[in-house]
Amino acid sequence: MSDDVRKTARGDSLRAEARADLAAIAPVVISVAAYGLLLGALAAQKGLSPLETFAMSALVFAGSAQFVALDLWSVPAAVWTLGATALVVNLRHVLMGAALAPAMRSWPRGLAPVAVFFMADENWALSLRRAAEGRLGPAFYMAMALALYGTWTASTTLGSILGSGLHDPARWGLDFAFTAVFIVLVMGFWRGPRASLPPWAAAAAAAVVVEATVPGAWYILAGGLAGSLAGALQSRGVVS
Amino acid sequence: MTIDPTTFAAIAAMAVATYLTRIAGYWLVRRVSLTGRPAAALEAVPGAVLIALIAPTVLATGPAESGAALVTILIARRGAMLPAVVGGVAAVALFRLMLA
Repeated sequence: MSDDVRKTARGDSLRAEARADLAAIAPVVISVAAYGLLLGALAAQKGLSPLETFAMSALVFAGSAQFVALDLWSVPAAVWTLGATALVVNLRHVLMGAALAPAMRSWPRGLAPVAVFFMADENWALSLRRAAEGRLGPAFYMAMALALYGTWTASTTLGSILGSGLHDPARWGLDFAFTAVFIVLVMGFWRGPRASLPPWAAAAAAAVVVEATVPGAWYILAGGLAGSLAGALQSRGVVS
Repeated sequence: MTIDPTTFAAIAAMAVATYLTRIAGYWLVRRVSLTGRPAAALEAVPGAVLIALIAPTVLATGPAESGAALVTILIARRGAMLPAVVGGVAAVALFRLMLA
């Protein structure tokens, strides 16, 4: 950073930092936009209006949870089931927030509770990398967060407007889009056969059995808990 | 263009639940440090939930869905999400046509 830049007002230097970082996240923004168009199109097929899709993206702002919610969507909406499912699907945020919290300690008071609202897989990963390199500034975090937030709300709403023309999604295999998205997402959580195979096998077995025997969406919670339990039991062997 | 009250209630429930998960880790780490088995249990949750979501479709629906899942995995190994989703959707449509 040159002396000239250092002399400028604090607001200007924050803006310059934000601008440089926006360039760094351009590839992420493009893939989030594609993902958002897909979600919007699926929301339209489930009967959500563009305004409802916008409201969901703006208030929830969680891709996986929104895909899962639309997969379970019924008319009228099952309020408690959808709320509980969002809680379970987003439990990973607890770990992510815990990892990010130390870097937020030096931020202005009251900013962290706002900042965590925008925490998503993509900006969380980029923020942690930045935190490892040195200081994770609030300008970097918020610039990235707002770029992703704007992209997500705009692309899901646009997808919903464009996607309402699609009828009978199963005919074109579009019902499988949810499964395909989750397959890609879960591959990102693979930590090798020793770490991932036992919890994943437990989750799959529990989900298949419960889905075949219990009506409703309980198979998701059953699989999640079975996998979590397997992960906990397995860690004892690793530690001792 | 309107918002249905029940739909909005569901969106609000999802929003509250999601924010709780986002703030919980931040608050938690300022009070206790999770290690050992509780940490391992929490760490296994995201993968387990996603597996639970796809297992009935991938393993217990039919050869078209299982085959399309394999196609999705093979394309996704190259990196990007969108080609894998497009490939998976095309594969399931093709397999269903062939098996019908």
